[in-house]
Amino acid sequence: MRSSKLNGNSKIIAKDFNLFYGDFQALKDINVDIPEHAITSIIGPSGCGKSTFLRSINRMNELIPSVRTTGNIFLDNENIFTQDVVELRKQVGMVFQRPNPFPKSIFDNVAYGPRAHGLKNKAVLVDIVEKSLVQAALWEEVKDNLNKSGLALSGGQQQRLCIARALAVEPQVILMDEPASALDPIATLKIEELIQNLKKEYTIVIVTHNMQQAARASDYTMVFNMYPDRSGYIIEYGKTTQVFTNPREKITEDYISGRFG
Amino acid sequence: MNPSLIRQEKINRSGVKSARSSNLKRRKFSQSLAFTFLWLMGFAAMAILIWIIGYVFVKGLPAINLEFLTTRPAGGFDGEGGISTTIVTTVYLVIFTIAVAAPLGIGAAIYFIEYASESQQRSKFIRWLIKTARTGVEILAGVPSIIFGLFGFAIFVSYMKLGFSLLSAGLSGACLILPVIIRTTEEALLAVPESYREGSLGLGATKWQTVTGVVLPAAIPGIVTGIVLSIGRIISETAIFWVTLGGSYRLPQNLMSSGRTLALHVYMLATETRAFDKAMGTSAILIIIIMILNLAINLSSKYFQKRLSGK
Repeated sequence: MRSSKLNGNSKIIAKDFNLFYGDFQALKDINVDIPEHAITSIIGPSGCGKSTFLRSINRMNELIPSVRTTGNIFLDNENIFTQDVVELRKQVGMVFQRPNPFPKSIFDNVAYGPRAHGLKNKAVLVDIVEKSLVQAALWEEVKDNLNKSGLALSGGQQQRLCIARALAVEPQVILMDEPASALDPIATLKIEELIQNLKKEYTIVIVTHNMQQAARASDYTMVFNMYPDRSGYIIEYGKTTQVFTNPREKITEDYISGRFG
Repeated sequence: MNPSLIRQEKINRSGVKSARSSNLKRRKFSQSLAFTFLWLMGFAAMAILIWIIGYVFVKGLPAINLEFLTTRPAGGFDGEGGISTTIVTTVYLVIFTIAVAAPLGIGAAIYFIEYASESQQRSKFIRWLIKTARTGVEILAGVPSIIFGLFGFAIFVSYMKLGFSLLSAGLSGACLILPVIIRTTEEALLAVPESYREGSLGLGATKWQTVTGVVLPAAIPGIVTGIVLSIGRIISETAIFWVTLGGSYRLPQNLMSSGRTLALHVYMLATETRAFDKAMGTSAILIIIIMILNLAINLSSKYFQKRLSGK
């Protein structure tokens, strides 16, 4: 599929992007524009490369020695593969599937990113920590216990802490890899509400296995599928309402109606 | 399954099929037989340990008093004097050895676990080098200490003309415990969840910031355990220091001084004097120190666990 131009400014553009794990091609000819200040969800059956694509956007796959890529991904029209990876990850934050707070206090967890980027002023740090926790809808629950360990929080709170930690670096894009899959329904709803509030300031790309979540929480939906050789490609991409109510492809319809996947 | 349930089971099945109930009897018999056997083995192991420690304490404690602890050995056929200088020498040697081996060992382990995979990609030669180095560490961990002693004697004492000294002994001791520190640190680093590293790198931290900011703090308990184990090793080794530290019972003045550690003193007393009671007294002190070290490991790991889990 060629890239489909959507409304709004493109924040991330993938051009002829391919990714290999050793000899195995995991992503084939990915061409896609992801719009700014919107929530784009990535859905599709297991093993078709959704997370791999997400992790390509902040070059997290480079941690795996056998990974090799061709083609390009652009962030604000700048090629991410020619940028410094540390700078890139400062602009493109990530929230992982399992909450992974550091074994440090809540304050130190949120302050970790800014400190890594060289901020030492305590007063400024205090401000950033408060602002990030407020944005992540966690402030009211933890404001009296900022010295408590991040690991002492509940699963849902931990995930919001991880979102606050990502926000503290003031990124432009936030990648979320099934951020609610390890959480109960109430915590999931909280995270979804939170994501809605974040889209005013951030561009959000979210991988999810949950069709309802994609349908109710995102503006655009990207559907991945895989070829018989198991390499992933984008079969359909468009406004969430269109993809869910009037899918162009039969496979998309089968997938979102739960006939496979 | 609790006993009343088992009984219930028996009642239900008896009369229905006698074959099954006899099978159950046999299984329960073998179960209790195995249980008794294992209990006996555990008891025997405990008894032997308590016997050894008890024997050393009963024979040794009468020799221990303030004078024994605070006067220096005076030599002679009756092992005159106390053990003050040997305690001091042991402490000096431990501090020097750890100061040399810990930075080297921890650094090497960090390289092997955190950085090696990156450099391995660069060239086949480096991959081969790293593999060889790690195999070498494994082999060194199993080499008898006297071989490190002979190496130290040949290289440090003779070739480098450092003589029988704290320096020679400390460097040889460092070679001895290096594999221990590398292995325990490697294991501690491997136990740190990958998600911590991803989380930190995902925030735009550099690799080094990730190592110092998240990975090392989480690995500290394991690293501390490795260092304390190494301290125990230095305290209890004899042969390696016999051929590198000499055996002077004077107070060491500097790194070039000869000396004798507690364990070495026990060996000397037992082989060269008639002061068997003093050898036992010194042994009792050694055992007490090792016990304190073990207690320290337990307390520190509990403390770190509490701090890391946040509960």
